[in-house]
Amino acid sequence: MTQLVLEQILNGLQFGLMLFLLAAGLTLVFGIMDMINLSHGSLYMGGAYLGAAAAQASGSFLVGVVAAMLGMAAVGFILEILLLRRLYARDHLAQVLATFALILIANEIVHMIWGPQPLMLNPPELLAGPVDIFGFSYPAYRLFIITVGLGIAALLYLLVSHTRVGMWVRAGASNCEMAQALGVDVRRLFTGIFMLGAALCAVAGVLLGPLLAVQVGMGESILILAFVVIVIGGIGSIRGALVGSLLVGMVDTLGRALLPTLLRAVASPEVAAHLGPALASIMIYLLMAGILFWLPQGLFPSRA
Amino acid sequence: MKAHHRHGIQLEIGLLIFAAALPLVLQALGEDYYISFTTRLLIFALAATSLNFVVGYGGMIAFGHAAFFGIGAYVVALLMAADVTSAWIAWPLALCGAALAALFIGAISLRTRGVYFIMITLAFAQMIFYTIISLKSAGGDDGLPLEQRSSLTPFNLANDATLYWVTLAVLAACLIALKRLAASRYGRALAGLRQNEARMEALGYPVHRLKLVCFVIGAAVAGLAGALLANQNGLASPSQLYWTQSGMLLVMVILGGVGQRYGGIVGAIALLGLEEALSQVTEHGHLYVGIALLLVVLYAPRGLAGLRVHQR
Repeated sequence: MTQLVLEQILNGLQFGLMLFLLAAGLTLVFGIMDMINLSHGSLYMGGAYLGAAAAQASGSFLVGVVAAMLGMAAVGFILEILLLRRLYARDHLAQVLATFALILIANEIVHMIWGPQPLMLNPPELLAGPVDIFGFSYPAYRLFIITVGLGIAALLYLLVSHTRVGMWVRAGASNCEMAQALGVDVRRLFTGIFMLGAALCAVAGVLLGPLLAVQVGMGESILILAFVVIVIGGIGSIRGALVGSLLVGMVDTLGRALLPTLLRAVASPEVAAHLGPALASIMIYLLMAGILFWLPQGLFPSRA
Repeated sequence: MKAHHRHGIQLEIGLLIFAAALPLVLQALGEDYYISFTTRLLIFALAATSLNFVVGYGGMIAFGHAAFFGIGAYVVALLMAADVTSAWIAWPLALCGAALAALFIGAISLRTRGVYFIMITLAFAQMIFYTIISLKSAGGDDGLPLEQRSSLTPFNLANDATLYWVTLAVLAACLIALKRLAASRYGRALAGLRQNEARMEALGYPVHRLKLVCFVIGAAVAGLAGALLANQNGLASPSQLYWTQSGMLLVMVILGGVGQRYGGIVGAIALLGLEEALSQVTEHGHLYVGIALLLVVLYAPRGLAGLRVHQR
């Protein structure tokens, strides 16, 4: 039992860190430009496809990751310059319409290039087997994802809280107009943030590729989780995104693994079999509704 | 002004007669498939109109409207599975089910505002989605098929044209009711809220309650639309509850024109019509739908129904 719990905690950490890669870009875009970007999940899907295709073609997982990052950063750059830039000043409804349109377009383009079948992406051979930690075996690949996720989170933390660019980002998140008045080139800053966000999405897409299926529509389900994360953490806050991601990753993973068992202890097996999965899948939404009810600005409000 | 008004009513009656005669024309042409298709159009027009009431009149950007649309469908399908086939019982219950859910969701969600309102309505809708797909008695991922259409004695809904006319009648009745509502004291108060919420509160209006009522009315109409869609499809489907459906309905409203009386209808017909037309010529219709939506966002900021006003 302890082993199961420990394993699920690691899985939760791994899932949470991947969510963080998605949520970090989303929360900055949302927080600084007050822009609802529903197509963030499409960047994740695009990254996964690009990475899987590049890894298949080259035979190297690393090439896949790098190709996906560069490719999606370029896509992010073009999107920001051509379209998103025109939407910042518009209301949320216009942003919803435009970025929903982008989802339709992205799904169709992926469909046209790679067809309806999911792509296979294998983890690098070096990491294919299990490793021994704390006296039980755990997939090496998942451990690798955790390490990469922690590394990127640390880098982002350094970038945001200890560099000049990071200072501009924080200034932009807490009061965009004031930052602009004080000489921060918000337009260029934002193009940069969007490219970074797209590249992080691509990393998450490729890393999760061997665990989840690389298929059309993969962005839509994870997008909502990323939104849940940033709303819990407080829109515009990187720290909030990290805490929110880990919270959502843990609650979701542990809920799915343990709730049915726990319910069986207190309720009849039949009730537990029905209620367990339902309750497990709505746990994170309950968490979010609860947090918004008591803390309407999320855990770490970023606006001054 | 008065002549103008009369002209508008004449146009409305003309369109209604055209819509009512449509199945006869389609039958004469042997295009029976399009009777089902136009019924679908009308049902989505009703659902989008109900969302437009919440977004355009109530000023609340609700991103979970699919929940109420889906609840309506599932209430009808579950009752059918329990041998309650009468539409006179099932449809009002579908409406009430959606309204009750909205009362609960709205009471909590309306404590938040702005993007947080968008997100919390989304969260509640996702909870309902996941709850329903994990219930085996509701069919899980596959949805819950209806053995037959509801029986709306004296009408025979098994006939596609009859279902079309019933849907048209429901849509027309809802439009008239919403028009009256918008012109009533309550409607004026809602209009005031959209302009300046703080001032209305200071004037003594029960702001929270006014908005909640609007949210519940919109959801109730969506529940009715869901009941109709379950009948038209022969299935209560989980995809009807998923967030992309909420997104689709919102897209219809924005496309048609937020707060325009016919915005929901114009949007639903434009979007589904475009999809249908494209499906005749290409497999990749959504690509062009997406591009068309982008063009609307960039060049027709008030939606299609707003274009006419714009030119004047």
